[in-house]
Amino acid sequence: MTRRVVMDDKGIDRALARIAHEIIERNRGTDKLVILGIPTRGYELARRLQKKIEEIESVSLPVGAVDATLYRDDLGIKKDQPTLKKMDIPIPMDGRIIVMVDDVLFTGRTIRAAMNALMDFGRPLSIQLAVLVDRGHRELPIKADYVGKNAPTSMKEGVKVHLMETDGVNEVVIEPAPGA
Amino acid sequence: MRLKRKDLLGIEDLRADEIELILSTAESFKEVSDREIKKVPTLRGKTIINLFYEPSTRTRTSFEIAAKRMSADAINISASSSSVVKGETLKDTARNLEAMKPDCIVVRHSSSGTPRMLSKYVACSVVNAGDGAHEHPSQALLDMLTVKEKKGRIDGLSIAIVGDIAHSRVARSNIYGFTKLGASVIVAGPPTMMPPGIESLGCRATTDMESAIKGADVVMMLRIQTERQKESFFPTIREYSRLYGLNEERVKRAKDDVIILHPGPINRGVEISPEVADGPYSLILDQVTNGVAVRMAIFYLLLGAAREE
Repeated sequence: MTRRVVMDDKGIDRALARIAHEIIERNRGTDKLVILGIPTRGYELARRLQKKIEEIESVSLPVGAVDATLYRDDLGIKKDQPTLKKMDIPIPMDGRIIVMVDDVLFTGRTIRAAMNALMDFGRPLSIQLAVLVDRGHRELPIKADYVGKNAPTSMKEGVKVHLMETDGVNEVVIEPAPGA
Repeated sequence: MRLKRKDLLGIEDLRADEIELILSTAESFKEVSDREIKKVPTLRGKTIINLFYEPSTRTRTSFEIAAKRMSADAINISASSSSVVKGETLKDTARNLEAMKPDCIVVRHSSSGTPRMLSKYVACSVVNAGDGAHEHPSQALLDMLTVKEKKGRIDGLSIAIVGDIAHSRVARSNIYGFTKLGASVIVAGPPTMMPPGIESLGCRATTDMESAIKGADVVMMLRIQTERQKESFFPTIREYSRLYGLNEERVKRAKDDVIILHPGPINRGVEISPEVADGPYSLILDQVTNGVAVRMAIFYLLLGAAREE
């Protein structure tokens, strides 16, 4: 098993452009929309989506970060402790349509935790989910509304999203999982 | 990254990267206390016992609030209302508490070394909430957080700690902490309150307060512990105040953007004048706010991952 690049710089950009159009189409505009990324890379993608939507609709949507760490179900189980990141809820959540953004959708557990976190900040009208890559293997009944790329994988593989802001390069790679 | 420790007994034990981890975690936790719903489910089902053998309002309340905001169950025991008055030894108290399966015991005691001793008796985590004149690690961490937040850094700052250095666990923990993070620390106080050899902790020492605060980025005033004053380390409170009290005139000797810290409770008009305590450079209440975040971070890092066996 070798390292494969499944999305490059252009591919990521096109996928985000399409998702931006889909978000606007599905919600019939940008009214009440808030974009919240799950740190670290989900937040960078959220900012890119916000820019894309601004280019299309000339509206600058509120963008923020929702860190799911404190709501995870594996704290106290895993020996490796996740680093706490910043929560940044830009405006009250009540009555808003939240588009949550993450880089990779896998088991769905992070999304469950992030939704619980959001609920502590108010009662959104609805929550939608946008991901750059859906790699399958869901363990919870969670589905993305907007998907950049479906990438069927085996459990022996890992999917890594690298972004310019955090990793110095834009690409999605599938590689052997550590220990596999 | 995680803190690979069972206990938090003192700053002396910690490496700089461990201190940084606690501080950055605490920065993230600050936001929880600003929410409408000030609670996260992270430590659901964990039990934290606050075992306080010395009176405390701020520290005990802060640990309790931190535990509750993380959804842990906090139980407070104060020595005056416990079996201690019936003559039970610390070891027996600890063993009995442990039999009720707590996940963490937060202990304050007038004898140095009590938390370390306790940590050997019990399998659960032990957090030092102040032991004698030894250490008060959570106080030093909240002081460092307050400075880092205001100054953007700790490395390269000059910190003056003024007052009863000999009896102060706050001073000791802060000397360890600030010097580990690259600040230079000078302590000042009357000769009777200056322990010989304090320089071996990595700080400078003087009996001249004004030279100590000259050019300081941070001035930390210590409380004159009147409850420990029976042996009288200085002639009168008035004289102490005149030589070592922080007033507006003395603040001018420090840097223009100096910040003033005090671990509380303050003796207004003794070690600090009301104008300074309530002045614009005083961060005394920020320290209290940061105390909750720091203690949440300590609980998260000690209790929020599976135990290394």
